[in-house]
Amino acid sequence: MRTEPSVIERMPRAAAAPDALARRGARDRVVVALARPGVRLALLAALAAASVAVFVFVGIEGSWAFAVPFRLRKVAAMLLVAVAIGVSTVLFQTITGNRILSPAIMGFDALYVLIQTVVVFAFGAGALATTDPNLMWLVEVGAMVVFSGLLFRWVFARSARSVHLLVLVGIVFGVLFRSVSSFMQRMLDPAAFAVLQDSFFASFTGVDETLLGISAVAVVTVTAVAVPLVRRLDVLLLGESHAIGLGVDHRRTVAVVLVLVAVLVSVSTALVGPVAFFGLLVANLAYLVVGSFRHAATLPAAVLLGVICLVGGQFLLEQLGLGTALSVVIEFVGGIVFILMLVRKGVR
Amino acid sequence: MISVASATKRYGRTAVVDDVALELGDVGVTAIIGANGAGKSTLLSLIGRLLPLDSGRIEIDGLDVGATKGDVLARLVAVLRQENHLTARLTVRDLVGFGRFPHGRGRIDAAGRAAIEEAIAYLDLEPFAERFLDELSGGQRQRAFIAMALAQDTRYLLLDEPLNSLDLRHAVEIMRLLRRLAAERGTRVVVVLHDLNFAAAHADRIVAMRDGRVIADGPPASVMRSEVLEAVYDLPIDVREIDGSPVGLYFR
Repeated sequence: MRTEPSVIERMPRAAAAPDALARRGARDRVVVALARPGVRLALLAALAAASVAVFVFVGIEGSWAFAVPFRLRKVAAMLLVAVAIGVSTVLFQTITGNRILSPAIMGFDALYVLIQTVVVFAFGAGALATTDPNLMWLVEVGAMVVFSGLLFRWVFARSARSVHLLVLVGIVFGVLFRSVSSFMQRMLDPAAFAVLQDSFFASFTGVDETLLGISAVAVVTVTAVAVPLVRRLDVLLLGESHAIGLGVDHRRTVAVVLVLVAVLVSVSTALVGPVAFFGLLVANLAYLVVGSFRHAATLPAAVLLGVICLVGGQFLLEQLGLGTALSVVIEFVGGIVFILMLVRKGVR
Repeated sequence: MISVASATKRYGRTAVVDDVALELGDVGVTAIIGANGAGKSTLLSLIGRLLPLDSGRIEIDGLDVGATKGDVLARLVAVLRQENHLTARLTVRDLVGFGRFPHGRGRIDAAGRAAIEEAIAYLDLEPFAERFLDELSGGQRQRAFIAMALAQDTRYLLLDEPLNSLDLRHAVEIMRLLRRLAAERGTRVVVVLHDLNFAAAHADRIVAMRDGRVIADGPPASVMRSEVLEAVYDLPIDVREIDGSPVGLYFR
């Protein structure tokens, strides 16, 4: 309020009154524009681009020719993880109609851990090091997709077609997978266990770069399948019977989405290890920030927020000299958001 | 016409809908009545292909419900079940817009926009068009969902207990609206009702179910008889004529 006279003084006197109106109009226009999901997405994109720029270019002390490609590889990995986690969580929440669930609850990442444990258990820690990681990854994705397919057919083939039943079964499987993994890990020799343990600890910086290429292919493929689905996904938000009533093949769409989720979780778990709350954090922030329920807006928003959190967060923590702590910070914040959502809305 | 031929749906060993044969959609408003567990909602879900049939066949205008593509059926029949909890925050206009989904795979053209506005106006929802559904009363929300079904622009409209949790005024308004739809647009409405007097007052035809079977079917005058209603509800119901229409008395 106090700045207003000075602003008017700088204007020609005669035009002051209509100008004030025009200014209010302009302010309203800004408010209206800010309410539009497209504008908000553009702002998020700008912020994400800025995070990437500072991460890549700020504070280079040695050779640029070394530092820039080195950092770009890190950024590429974080971008892939942001897409994988953001998209898989939003898709999963849409098909379950529940905003405090994430694929981690379905036991997807637990299965990934189990497969790796079984490999080390059966063939020794050397196997993890000597097998072509791309081949290994493809086998793991295959197993994940088969698992989600079996789960889907087994649960959906029964007359009670309930996504909630599917999720409950997923939780039980998740516990089973985790228990079997930890049982096997207990029986490993300490050296092999250390190798295994290292690959499971969520780390956004120690990304396994050998898998970047194949992860990029997987993420692009999933995106290509998901983009034509966005409007159908919007209808899924109304729940199963409304979706069927509006002509959506609910079963088929849910099956396709589950496969996409399985692939994406494999990507993120392979690159950075299991993360429990990060997806929950970016998905719910996306719903909040973008102000639209449409997947054409929420999916990119979740991805961009993921990029901002990962790249921007990593940059900030490196400035503070806490470069390795990002996963801890993100899981901490994500965990708090999870608890807040539980308290505020109850388990819905 | 909706033709149901020996339709059966089982949960475990109990047949919830047991070998039902029925032709629906011949008159404006058809009410399905019956006690809890009589199979009325299940029958409606079977017709609206929300549940798969165990045996039998259901056709809508000659199209087999189990074999026809979803979007083709969605342009022919709209179905509303009591499942109005939404995770996403939608405005009334967003929700009504979903009714156009079967017509343009999610893209809304000028005709679609006109249909949306018309549906909103038809249900007197203009003042609430930009409001979020979770900010509305039960009656307003119910009307918003009906507006969505209206925007779907179908010949048949199936409603499962649309009067649930509505007060008397809103219940009467919804029933009048269904009558108006039948009269003005030629929509064939099939509605599951709990309150037999609403059925008697507004329906052209009443189908009474018990234990998964149809046990009475006809104009209100033929179904609203003490001996019929007692068989339907297992409760002695006195039927009196008030101002020329039958009213069941079952409160005492």
